[in-house]
Amino acid sequence: MNKQIEKLVETANFSLRKDVLSLLRKAYRNETNKKSQRALALILENAKIAKREKLAICQDTGLPVIFIEVGRNQAVSLKLIDAIEKAVISGYKNNYLRASIVDPFKSNNPSYNGVVTHVEFSPQIKGIKVTIFPKGFGSENKTRLKMFNPTAHLEQIEDFIIESVLNAGPESCPPFVVGIGIGGTSDTALLLAKKALLGSVDVKNKDRFLDKVEKRLLKKINALNIGPMGLGGKNTCLAVKIKTVPTHIAGLPVGVNISCHALRSATINI
Amino acid sequence: MIRLVKRFSNSMNKHSLREKFLKSRCGSEILFTGIIYTARDQAHKKIVALIKKKQKLPFDLADQIIYYCGPTGTPKGKIIGSCGPTTSSRMDEFVEPLLKKGLLGMIGKGRRSKKVHELIKKYRAIYFIASSGCGALLAKKVISKELIAFKELGPEAIYKLKVVDFPLIVAIDSKGKSI
Repeated sequence: MNKQIEKLVETANFSLRKDVLSLLRKAYRNETNKKSQRALALILENAKIAKREKLAICQDTGLPVIFIEVGRNQAVSLKLIDAIEKAVISGYKNNYLRASIVDPFKSNNPSYNGVVTHVEFSPQIKGIKVTIFPKGFGSENKTRLKMFNPTAHLEQIEDFIIESVLNAGPESCPPFVVGIGIGGTSDTALLLAKKALLGSVDVKNKDRFLDKVEKRLLKKINALNIGPMGLGGKNTCLAVKIKTVPTHIAGLPVGVNISCHALRSATINI
Repeated sequence: MIRLVKRFSNSMNKHSLREKFLKSRCGSEILFTGIIYTARDQAHKKIVALIKKKQKLPFDLADQIIYYCGPTGTPKGKIIGSCGPTTSSRMDEFVEPLLKKGLLGMIGKGRRSKKVHELIKKYRAIYFIASSGCGALLAKKVISKELIAFKELGPEAIYKLKVVDFPLIVAIDSKGKSI
């Protein structure tokens, strides 16, 4: 299993996801701003070089976020979780990925010693699914949460999301994928927003209502004219993905988690 | 594209480089050849502390270019790992003391504060953006890497890089105008 996990770390950091690549190619084709189109060409070229030369797509190989989904009739032990985390860390070390982890106050000397692990039980799946999501902080720093009133209009929520994207700006490496989590408690909304980035981003939302909202938001964001490197153009966002869960009658938490164009993740069944 | 060439280890050229940069307008795309120094958050904090204490700096900032970058480790057989730009605005609060020491240019990604625009104008400096999220591509433009200071900071250490045809866009020109 160690080898499998280490391989997963490589895949996540060296090979851009197919769904993301296909949206980037589409963006390149439809861009009419020449400078932005050149920037998109470099992004596509970068993905090729990264894969061919086994170089990280981005030097910010992130804080490794690990999702462990435990399926029906599966048991999971602390020993297994520990082994997965250790394999992720050795995958980072062995592939010369960046040591980006520090204690908030005690040390400025970066190491590999830190991952964020989420363990969940999903009756819908078989086996145990492990996902590695290297989340860079250029975009993570722009995460936002707002606790709306339950009577808030959808328009107010959309405005908040647009504001969040404006706040992210060129430094978070557009074109973005915008993950949105709505419902639960404050922490649920932010976790959902992150999880929204993990599914295929080039497919429709199965929920017709959410699909409509996603499409409308995508259109609005792409009218902001930020574009790759802030050069403007039609492509500020590749996709908007929304996930919802039930919430409390007194509130409506909305979390926004933005990903840069280098949206990287890889999943296996162990 | 304009091609600006800064010759390696030739101090005679420094003035002409500043003159060339002064003429570059925001939005210009440039291929830069020459020397740049990596420095990001912690290195800036340390440099500014050294300046305050009037101590010797790890390298002479005059007419140099700082690249806001923390590369990955270097894979076997390679010169450098992935090495794209990091968010410049985090370094905004450290800019003035460095410009006072003669820093010529900064390379990073994203917006800068209003104050930094004014400082760039005041000190006749320049701010470039490099292809963000393209660390693998930019690694191919680096022909040498040398550790200069703060080894303990790992990826945040200061490295002297020789680069060839490094793609840049002028984001704030010496008149303080930005794209």
